[in-house]
Amino acid sequence: MDIIINISGALFLLMGSFLCISGGVGLLRFPDFYTRMHAVGVTDTLGAGMILIGLMCYSPDFLTFSKLVMILLLTLLIGPTTSHVLAKAAMHNNLMPKLQQEDNIEETSSSNY
Amino acid sequence: MKDLFAVVMLLGIYSLLSASFFVAMDAVDVAFTEAAVGAGISTLLMLVVITMTGRSEKTTRHKPWLALLVVVFTGGVLIYGTFDMPYFGIADAPIHSHVAPRYINESMKEIGIPNIVTSVLASYRAFDTFGEVVVIFTAGIGVMALLSVGRRPEEDEKTTAIDDSMHEQYLVIRIVTKMLIPFILLYALYVQFHGDFGPGGGFQAGVIFAAAIILYTMLFGLTTARKVINQSFIQFIAAAGVLLYGCVGIVSILNGANFFDYNVLASDPVAGQHLGILLIEWGVGCTVASVMIMIFFNFAGRKEMQQNNEKISNIEGESP
Repeated sequence: MDIIINISGALFLLMGSFLCISGGVGLLRFPDFYTRMHAVGVTDTLGAGMILIGLMCYSPDFLTFSKLVMILLLTLLIGPTTSHVLAKAAMHNNLMPKLQQEDNIEETSSSNY
Repeated sequence: MKDLFAVVMLLGIYSLLSASFFVAMDAVDVAFTEAAVGAGISTLLMLVVITMTGRSEKTTRHKPWLALLVVVFTGGVLIYGTFDMPYFGIADAPIHSHVAPRYINESMKEIGIPNIVTSVLASYRAFDTFGEVVVIFTAGIGVMALLSVGRRPEEDEKTTAIDDSMHEQYLVIRIVTKMLIPFILLYALYVQFHGDFGPGGGFQAGVIFAAAIILYTMLFGLTTARKVINQSFIQFIAAAGVLLYGCVGIVSILNGANFFDYNVLASDPVAGQHLGILLIEWGVGCTVASVMIMIFFNFAGRKEMQQNNEKISNIEGESP
């Protein structure tokens, strides 16, 4: 039983760190605001959640475990909400996704002919 | 950098980084205050200011050489001053040999609470803390005197109509906030009353409490928030906090001890210290929370008045 918990905890931690790193890479490499936000938003919630679950597997007593559960709940509530609000604020300020901008340009240029 | 929004965000990030720096230096109380006040509420208040002044800096014709000169000169003098200071972490520095040993050795016996920072802040240095609270109170009064506006009574139907039309747009964040606000308030109370045992205390608790109220105001509108929290009630609480703090000092004088000497507040000196610290932390928390809310309300009320005036002038401009 101990071994199972240890190994699964390590797996969760590994997956969480991989997700966080990939989120960082995405933040640097993606072309425009929305894709970057997608990278950070998804990986932040999932990556941080995975790391927290991994830490729960290693928690020595019930108090630490319950604190980690509370932090996890808080992250699950706040992470997606902030991403949503960020995207909404960008949309509200007329920041178009890059893909759509190119579409628009093509449409306007084709309509000129 | 011309974008003031980015400048404010950079300041917030700087505060958060210095908070983690304080954690690394084992100064958890300072880190907590820095995170709550520096990164939290002051960023928020500066953002509110930006909504009134406009987002980008005004372009100036001349280059600010004089300002740069002053900054470089002051920085140079400050760095020159650090040469006289003892090396970092040296054991016989004046700060370690003057009053700190007494605080560290005697605090548990004299005050009887585990967190030495709180005992220094609230008991040994109670007069300094009183000064800080008065400064915050004065800041609140200043903002109120400069920015407070007389409000005309608004029609309830109109505000509820606006409220309903906004509801669709902000549905997600409103619901999540409604779920979170009770926990934020509860956490503020925990920080308030747990200050004796762990990091925390009146300042941080007040700021967290105010942050929850400000969050509510931002999402549900000023009119709704004013229904929940009455402006004059808030002003009363701000004054009452300072009054409570000062009264603790006066009571200890009346009982025949020095100003803010809590030993005489109860029959047992340690119990008296506990009571005194509890009361003054309560006063600090009340004042800080209500002053922060007051400042935010006044700024937001000013902004609201500007918007209303623009609306009225637009209508008047269109009618002829």
